[in-house]
Amino acid sequence: MYRYNDFDHGFVRERVRQFRSQVQARIDGVISEDEFKPLRLMNGLYLQLHAYMLRVAIPYGTLSSAQMRALAMISQRWDKGYGHFTTRQNIQYNWPKLRDVPDILSDLADVEMHAIQTSGNTIRNITADHFAGAARDEIADPRPYAELIRQWSTDHPEFQFLPRKFKIAVTGSSDDRAVTRAHDIGLRMARGQDGDIGFEVIVGGGLGRTPVIGEVLREFLPVQDLLPYIEAIVSVYNMLGRRDNKYKARIKITVRENGIDKIRELVEAEFILRRASFGGADQELLARIKTAFPAPDFIDAPIANFKTALAANDDFATWVETNLSPHKNPDYAIVTISLKTLGATPGDATDTQMQVMANLAEQFSHDELRVSHEQNIILPHVHKSHLAEIYARLADVQLAAANVGLASDFIACPGMDYCTLATARSIPIAQEIAARIDELKIERDVGLLKIKISGCINACGHHHLAHIGILGLDRAGVENYQITLGGDATQNAEIGKRAGPGFPADEIVSAIERLLEAYLAQRTSRTETFLETYRRIGIEPFKIALYGDGKANHAA
Amino acid sequence: MSAVFKPKAVTANDLLEGDAVWLNVAGGWTRDIRKAAIIEDEAKGQSLLAAALQQEDVVVDAYLAEIRIGEDGPEPVHFREVFRTRGPSNYRHGKQEADNVPL
Amino acid sequence: MSIIVTDSGFAPAGADSHFLDIDAGHPPTDLADELNNIEAIRIEFASFADGRGFTLARQLRLMGFGGRLRARGQIMCEQYAMARRAGFDEVEISDADAVRQPQENWLARANWAAHDYQSQLRRPSS
Ligand code: SF4
Repeated sequence: MYRYNDFDHGFVRERVRQFRSQVQARIDGVISEDEFKPLRLMNGLYLQLHAYMLRVAIPYGTLSSAQMRALAMISQRWDKGYGHFTTRQNIQYNWPKLRDVPDILSDLADVEMHAIQTSGNTIRNITADHFAGAARDEIADPRPYAELIRQWSTDHPEFQFLPRKFKIAVTGSSDDRAVTRAHDIGLRMARGQDGDIGFEVIVGGGLGRTPVIGEVLREFLPVQDLLPYIEAIVSVYNMLGRRDNKYKARIKITVRENGIDKIRELVEAEFILRRASFGGADQELLARIKTAFPAPDFIDAPIANFKTALAANDDFATWVETNLSPHKNPDYAIVTISLKTLGATPGDATDTQMQVMANLAEQFSHDELRVSHEQNIILPHVHKSHLAEIYARLADVQLAAANVGLASDFIACPGMDYCTLATARSIPIAQEIAARIDELKIERDVGLLKIKISGCINACGHHHLAHIGILGLDRAGVENYQITLGGDATQNAEIGKRAGPGFPADEIVSAIERLLEAYLAQRTSRTETFLETYRRIGIEPFKIALYGDGKANHAA
Repeated sequence: MSAVFKPKAVTANDLLEGDAVWLNVAGGWTRDIRKAAIIEDEAKGQSLLAAALQQEDVVVDAYLAEIRIGEDGPEPVHFREVFRTRGPSNYRHGKQEADNVPL
Repeated sequence: MSIIVTDSGFAPAGADSHFLDIDAGHPPTDLADELNNIEAIRIEFASFADGRGFTLARQLRLMGFGGRLRARGQIMCEQYAMARRAGFDEVEISDADAVRQPQENWLARANWAAHDYQSQLRRPSS
């Protein structure tokens, strides 16, 4: 893992010092809220429905055990004993007090973390494939590039006041687990003609009120051109992006209004101008960063006990079936720890759970953890002989839910239980659907299914990219839930289609149940997934399941 | 009928704690909506709101929220305002942690 | 009247007839042919939330402009380091803004060359 050098430490400490004096100035009445607000947002501090919220960046979703332990400690010492992991691979604390925030930031700095650029119209936390460095289908670990971009984008003097926020995601695998097509810039590693590494550069993807799948701006960008090229993109956007209308300010609209060809022409010209200013220093830095991401020192040991445990323990075998992914080392597995235990809040972990995960990572996963955009925690490098013990220890703290990739492995944003922008709640809807699925005992029969819930049109819950998406709205002072179908977050990214009128809170769970029944009735075999069935038969049969056949009662 | 003024209260978030507070009749702030000052006409609402916006040494983001008058005093109308009087629905955190808050 | 902010603090603005005034959205390529003949350029910041001027300054520098570069208008003291790093020599603010954001606030950012990530990534142009 990348470790801070003196420069990083100095930078973060200086920012904590500045923010401490800004908070003091606000409390003493020296600066107004109008002046303070942009400053607190630059440091990840929001004001939500019931309290302040601090959003802490987890660069490319990678944590050491010491960092995870510090996150647990902070939740216990300064908050209410839990944290919320988000679709942006960040963690949010929901109850910090204004006076305490500088101390929290100082505790974060102790473990090389911060909350800088987790808000505001700037380049946000760089996200990456949560299986980076471990996935079997990977060309190379994308994290050195993500770290390079992190350093470049941090406090970038030109890009702190962009037209709107700007999100960059990077993956090193052909299976896109980083949702690169729904980011302002998506980088997908590829090999050039000579086998050298580069990136396919995708631009202008995004969700929110105008969901757009990104377009390819450059099919192959050699790695040495990475920073000048993305600097060219962001500077073209900075000059061209609209500032007259917040809803038209994202780069997806800039691309749409100007056309991808014009954007490409401008970017290529700007790129030439920019390239010279790096002069190779970025490549020297990249080489140093790469040494911080060596392949783990894999152990060579028998895995016989794994097979014995599989045969002896059905619950363990069930968990293995869903919560493991293939590792590049055949004796290893990637473990996904589900934060979607029945009754839990999707993405939340208590301080005790965080500590247990930190201990497991230290002992069994080469000291590494990852946060996935699907709001789960990953142990990326686990020797198979350790799986049974890990499972048992996770089960002790209600973290052994065997549901990764299944219906109850939701994405759910905080919604109106916390978020001041929300139009409806998300969390109780997720909890109620999970309870219904559990009652019906159909989850494993249904198989792979992505349900994603957002509490407003901003779509932090990625509902457009779900097989079944749910969007919470306020209809004349009542919570109402709109369903979209057929979205896809992978390399074949697609925006889901609206099924029809929304459902009130007390009908949405039954509506989802009818969709699952329709799928089970229509699929050709157990191996045909919900999305495959949908693509084969189209939206109509699902509309009928939701609303009747048109002659029957409308929207029951 | 649009001329009928629906009763309102001034509400905001506390600067230090960040939680929801309501303007009371004494011109101070209360964490209990039942003790909020009831505003019955537009002009009064605007003048109290303007005064509240000046109080940024104690509160942030003041606005007028619709209320109805219940047995114990003002009650929230919109569901968002209901949540602000108690806290999130997934944990018993926020105002509902204390006993004296209506649920 | 207005105030000029540099690394050494406030100074009253002097005669400025030699400045070419452009707004933050001005296409730099328009000036490409004459850059060598321009002594000083002043870029107008209409709002502190509009960051175009920072990119425009950087572009002019990358195109080889070696003259004086000044940012004028709505600029917060927190943005002073950004302005200097982007290639500006100085910032011009109104007297009223100079009262609201006194000299000490700007001087606190005069060490803009320190803690600058870009310095880790680029070869200093000699
Ligand atoms: S989708 Fe809306 S409600 Fe949910 S977290 Fe984002 S802004 Fe808040």
